[in-house]
Amino acid sequence: MSEVIKIKKGLDIPLMGKADTVNVEAELPVLFAIKPTDFHGLTPKMELKPGAKVKAGTTLFHAKSNPDIKFVAPVSGELKAVVRGERRRILEVVVESDGKFEKVDFGKTDPSKVSREEAVRKMLEAGVWPFIRQRPYDIIADPSDTPKAFFISGFDSAPLAPDYDFILSGQEKDFQAGIEVLRKISNDNVHIGINSKSGSKIFKGLSGVKLHEFDGPHPAGNVGVQLHHVLPVCKGDVVWVTQPQDVVVIGKLFTEGVFDASRTVVVAGSEVKNKGYYKTMIGASIEPLVKGNVTGEKVRYISGNVLTGTTISADGYLGFYHSQVSVIPEGDYYEFMGWAMPGFGKYSTTRLFFSWLCKNKEYRLDTNLHGGRRPFVVTGQYEKVLPMDILPEFLFKAIITEDIDKMEQLGIYEVVEEDVALCEFVDTSKIELQKIVRDGIDLMIKEVG
Amino acid sequence: MKALRKFLDNIKPQFEKGGKFEKFHSTFDAFETLLFVPNTTTKGGAHIRDAVDLKRTMAIVVMAVTPALLFGMWNVGYQHFLSIGQDASFWATFFYGFLRVLPIIIVSYVVGLGIEFGFAQWRGHEVNEGFLVTGMLIPLIVPVDTPLWMIAVATAFSVVIGKEVFGGTGMNIWNPALLTRAFLFFAYPSKMSGDKVWISGLTDGHNIVDGFSGATPLGQAITGHVNVSLWDSFIGTIPGSIGETSTLAILIGAVILLYTGVGSWKIMLSTFLGGYLMALAFHAIGTNHLMHIDPIMQLCLGGFAFGAVFMATDPVTATRTEKGKWIYGFLIGVLAIMIRVFNPAYPEGVMLAILLMNTFAPLIDHFVVQGNIKRRLKRAKVAA
Repeated sequence: MSEVIKIKKGLDIPLMGKADTVNVEAELPVLFAIKPTDFHGLTPKMELKPGAKVKAGTTLFHAKSNPDIKFVAPVSGELKAVVRGERRRILEVVVESDGKFEKVDFGKTDPSKVSREEAVRKMLEAGVWPFIRQRPYDIIADPSDTPKAFFISGFDSAPLAPDYDFILSGQEKDFQAGIEVLRKISNDNVHIGINSKSGSKIFKGLSGVKLHEFDGPHPAGNVGVQLHHVLPVCKGDVVWVTQPQDVVVIGKLFTEGVFDASRTVVVAGSEVKNKGYYKTMIGASIEPLVKGNVTGEKVRYISGNVLTGTTISADGYLGFYHSQVSVIPEGDYYEFMGWAMPGFGKYSTTRLFFSWLCKNKEYRLDTNLHGGRRPFVVTGQYEKVLPMDILPEFLFKAIITEDIDKMEQLGIYEVVEEDVALCEFVDTSKIELQKIVRDGIDLMIKEVG
Repeated sequence: MKALRKFLDNIKPQFEKGGKFEKFHSTFDAFETLLFVPNTTTKGGAHIRDAVDLKRTMAIVVMAVTPALLFGMWNVGYQHFLSIGQDASFWATFFYGFLRVLPIIIVSYVVGLGIEFGFAQWRGHEVNEGFLVTGMLIPLIVPVDTPLWMIAVATAFSVVIGKEVFGGTGMNIWNPALLTRAFLFFAYPSKMSGDKVWISGLTDGHNIVDGFSGATPLGQAITGHVNVSLWDSFIGTIPGSIGETSTLAILIGAVILLYTGVGSWKIMLSTFLGGYLMALAFHAIGTNHLMHIDPIMQLCLGGFAFGAVFMATDPVTATRTEKGKWIYGFLIGVLAIMIRVFNPAYPEGVMLAILLMNTFAPLIDHFVVQGNIKRRLKRAKVAA
């Protein structure tokens, strides 16, 4: 075990509504959906038409750029609808569950005995490949690549994030099986970043992985930040990453031979009555989780955390990569002379409001932008919450001016949206920095590949 | 408040696209957002945001300069009554100064904001808050007897040429308030220097006490000895531009800026440090009268403290890298004292030092960025 890597920069937003580590029962919904918009840069090509019968593991659509990358139904039933948006872009592929939860049998395999090619083929076939994403760019990994390493962040440091120690307990066997698969496809080079403050029992009990301990505020749990300190992604490097619950799904594909979409999500946020950990499935409608479980009238449902998640409706679907549903109040109100008031109840990282008098308070933050958009004015804010040797403002400006050389030099390969989410949170000028970074990445994919 | 909100909601459509007053959209928006923080919610990206915005930030800066402004008003009256040899009560003194300073503030705001509103509308932007601070700084760095029309012309110059041609707040190269001062200094030198301009009423020459000079301590120092005490120059009961004389009031402002984190402590500290070390070196050499001034005194005299606290720390025109801030501030301090000492015709070097470093700030940043790039490249090679 190497020494603890201390992350000094960053911020733990004192957000109200953290869930205790308790399991809460809820029914499974009837509707499930896989959303192509969860995958950056994906153009889906449908394989089935509405009305088709599916089982868990039946391919719904594949990536146009690589037909081997398949996306499968999470449950058995009927393909109900293909919801399209502007310019007929596919937004949701909705499956209506028949309540039988039948699964396609892909056959059991001992992960330690298969070849790398076989393992990759099986993962592609059963639709678990999209769980594997690559850095740079945070897109689905190219199965023909060989990564420099495989990296998993064993903890989530985002506001109200789930505790993986709690979620994974009892799934040690499948987790280890998943790790065996990842070792196979990464030439036995699997790294896991763990939180030095928590027990991390499941991770410490693993064999064949390299553990790295991190200590510090968010974004210490971001895989990008951990990579920056352990295995920097430079030009030409490819590192594959995935999330702990996804490893279990991969493991079960080999130990049980099925695509098991089970997922534990934490339902948290100041507006949730019964906060806790709910057993549901990938792509599940969140209706059973939030119906009658929310206070307040105007709320925002977010699949994921409040910094990077996706806004969904009260009967929307859980994102493919998400283990969290956050519910916070909407902030569409006017505030009289808000900028001039003492601001005792306002949360700010600056000391511009008197709320710095109340330490250790938790805040019920809403979605109000608290101001208008401005050019870059204040300096030194972003640096305080980005624990990387990167000059964020200069990177953003390089992206805005589409200066590819500068983007490369200043670190576009190392950051993805989630890494600059805190910069966006603290920004006085209210600039959409996550969007800037994604635009930059899209430009890189287009120009450099 | 609800009635006001209702009123605004009622008239708002007329200012939207296609409305009767479409041309005044930015103006309406500026006043609306001044009264009410807008109801805009986050669309993409982070769903929650820090409560801070640029209005709040700028309001805090205005608050931080207020002690210097209030003291400046009092000092205008104090110097005036001193020059005519009269005693006046505290309030009479303050009120005299208030009446002299207020027109300058009004002219600076009306001219500057007028132009900003016009440009915002022309570009279809929201009106930026930057001028709230600039408009308050301009009156504080001019001599009290500066004619109002000059202030109007200089403000217009600095807002248009110094700021709007570059794209407005956030894009400008030079500090607009200092540009105003520089414009005044070079366009109307007779009104901006000498012994008469610093004290209200002195140019008329009525009722002046015999032998009263009215020169600033730095003005005196060129010809011989400074005859104010360190204490006077620290408290600020000396002639000078309106808001710059009291180092104490400026330090109160500095505490506010530093505690709230609006002003960069790196820039402030390194400016004072650079100035002190330079003054110390000159003091040791001591070949002219200005070099003989005590180093601490040097920092209290003229606009040094004001410049270091309120001008050098302007984030837009300073260096934008943290390392660069050290270099930037230090050089401002060094240059300010150097210009002061070597150019007796112009003892106020702070203005030029800051404008000069504003110009070089992007260069300093360039080297810091290149350093970062090299470090990152090296890391790639080590890893490979």
